[in-house]
Amino acid sequence: MLDYVKLLILGLVVISAAIAANYARDVGYMVHAIIVMITAAGLFLWQLRRTDEPVPAAVLQTEYMDGPVRWGAILTAFWGVVGFLVGTFIAFQLAYPQLNFEWAQGYLNFGRLRPLHTSAVIFAFAGNALITASFYIVQRTTAARLWGGGLVWFVLWGYQFFIVLAATGYLMGITQGLEYAEPEWYVDIWLTIVWVAFLAVFMGTLIKRKEPHIYVANWFLLSFIVTVAMLHVINNMSVPVSIFGSRSVQVMAGVQSAMTQWWYGHNAVGFLLTAGFLGMMYYFIPKQAERPVYSYKLSIIHFWALIFLYIWAGPHHLHYTALPDWAQTLGMVFSVVLWMPSWGGMINGLMTLSGAWDKLRTDPVLRMMVTSVAFYGMSTFEGPMMSIRSVNSLSHYTDWTIGHVHSGALGWNGMITFGMLYYLFPKLWSRERLYSLRLVSWHYWLATIGIVLYAASMWVTGIMEGLMWREVDAQGFLVNSFADTVAAKFPMYVVRGLGGLMFLAGGLIMAYNLWMTVRKGVAAAPARAAAPAE
Amino acid sequence: MEDTYTIMRVFAGSWGLLFMFTVFIIVILFVLRPGSGRLYKDTANIPFRHDDKPARSPAASQKTEAR
Repeated sequence: MLDYVKLLILGLVVISAAIAANYARDVGYMVHAIIVMITAAGLFLWQLRRTDEPVPAAVLQTEYMDGPVRWGAILTAFWGVVGFLVGTFIAFQLAYPQLNFEWAQGYLNFGRLRPLHTSAVIFAFAGNALITASFYIVQRTTAARLWGGGLVWFVLWGYQFFIVLAATGYLMGITQGLEYAEPEWYVDIWLTIVWVAFLAVFMGTLIKRKEPHIYVANWFLLSFIVTVAMLHVINNMSVPVSIFGSRSVQVMAGVQSAMTQWWYGHNAVGFLLTAGFLGMMYYFIPKQAERPVYSYKLSIIHFWALIFLYIWAGPHHLHYTALPDWAQTLGMVFSVVLWMPSWGGMINGLMTLSGAWDKLRTDPVLRMMVTSVAFYGMSTFEGPMMSIRSVNSLSHYTDWTIGHVHSGALGWNGMITFGMLYYLFPKLWSRERLYSLRLVSWHYWLATIGIVLYAASMWVTGIMEGLMWREVDAQGFLVNSFADTVAAKFPMYVVRGLGGLMFLAGGLIMAYNLWMTVRKGVAAAPARAAAPAE
Repeated sequence: MEDTYTIMRVFAGSWGLLFMFTVFIIVILFVLRPGSGRLYKDTANIPFRHDDKPARSPAASQKTEAR
């Protein structure tokens, strides 16, 4: 019965998309309608071939559902490499403007590729890493199979479809101009549907858990899912100009819109790139170090302090703007206070290794995870400092911000995700070990040196640029024109590009290593049977 | 008659702030309550159980994997 409903829905989607393509008011919308039509038609055929076929045996509740986790891990690695590649390319576009090719104007120039890069790394790479981690961790820590069956696959592939629509949209110039929230109204609606399904899968699994207590990693992952849903819906409130066009008008305007945008933007960092990834940290570091987390009490306090504080920190993006002073001060104070739970969490992650520090010498995967926590500590110190108004007057709008973001994103999010992938691949494909630990070490050092080059060059260029902008002569006239700062930044831009190149090379080595782990790895000994405990 | 902005801004800075802060303190005190250590020790070990297969029943989960 359900199969027929699915066929009906898919058929209706194909027809509606065809009609939408016909009436489309702009090219981008038409291309998207055609993509939707082709995808839905393909799914219709696929569903048709399965309908009324013999039903496979009932799903065993005695097995974990690892199919979506495997695909999620593959997609994470894939999108990671794509995102790093685009990032490296646009870094060189800034150093060498000739790379904004004349024949690709309007498609492959910096302005179009930049949101492609940010969304590819934040939503495609980090987002898939989080979906993968959520599906893996929630099963292992609740001792229950994922709830939802086919819904789990819908979440995974539905999310990929969101990425495809968003990415192609950027290249065609479909954007609502909100940073990190560029996709237009229909893509937003689609993501909302996928996200609600994600929440249902996660909650459903938690509800049928076999462990009486909910492990702390699940708290972080749940807060990530819930908060991202709230942020996404509120920041994307807009009215489409036409149901057959990609343009929309924001409901909020002026300073309200700006405040909502940075409330969204900062909490996307806070809950997607921090809370979600802390969930990963609280599961994978204990697993890789083979000891429980240093202090479980601290982890709970870490969680609640982070939740209570992070949501208020957004206004620090709007210092010296039309935003009321009290709101700016509020954002600044909460950002500084936020330093404490962040470092509490960092200490908790690092101290988990107490008594196992020797493993760092032999285990490059653990080394990667620990380095990521160290970068978490560094960027959560730098962030509060930069949110102080007087520091911000120097750092804002400069490359210092870019450097800060990347030490967090490449160092913390990137490294912990690499660690997770290195942990998951042998596990999910039942391999004895990774194909090559030497290659992991290569990846580790390429990535680390790459990040250092990136962050250091951005500190130099950011502070230089900030100082040049504010420099006045004895008469009170500005000394430097904007173009002067651009010219002065050239060497640092080249160094930054080289750092990105190294990070990308590390990502490619990882992809090769993971591929060979699955292809050539020695099969693990069969899992120990249910042995008696004593 | 004050405008909505002022009303909400004053409320947020007084009762709202007090409420949030109180809840936060209660949470911390609850975590540090006497006897919580033993419970959390068990919870902290959850990742080391059921790595390969789900538990068969809630009761079995604790007995079979006790180490």
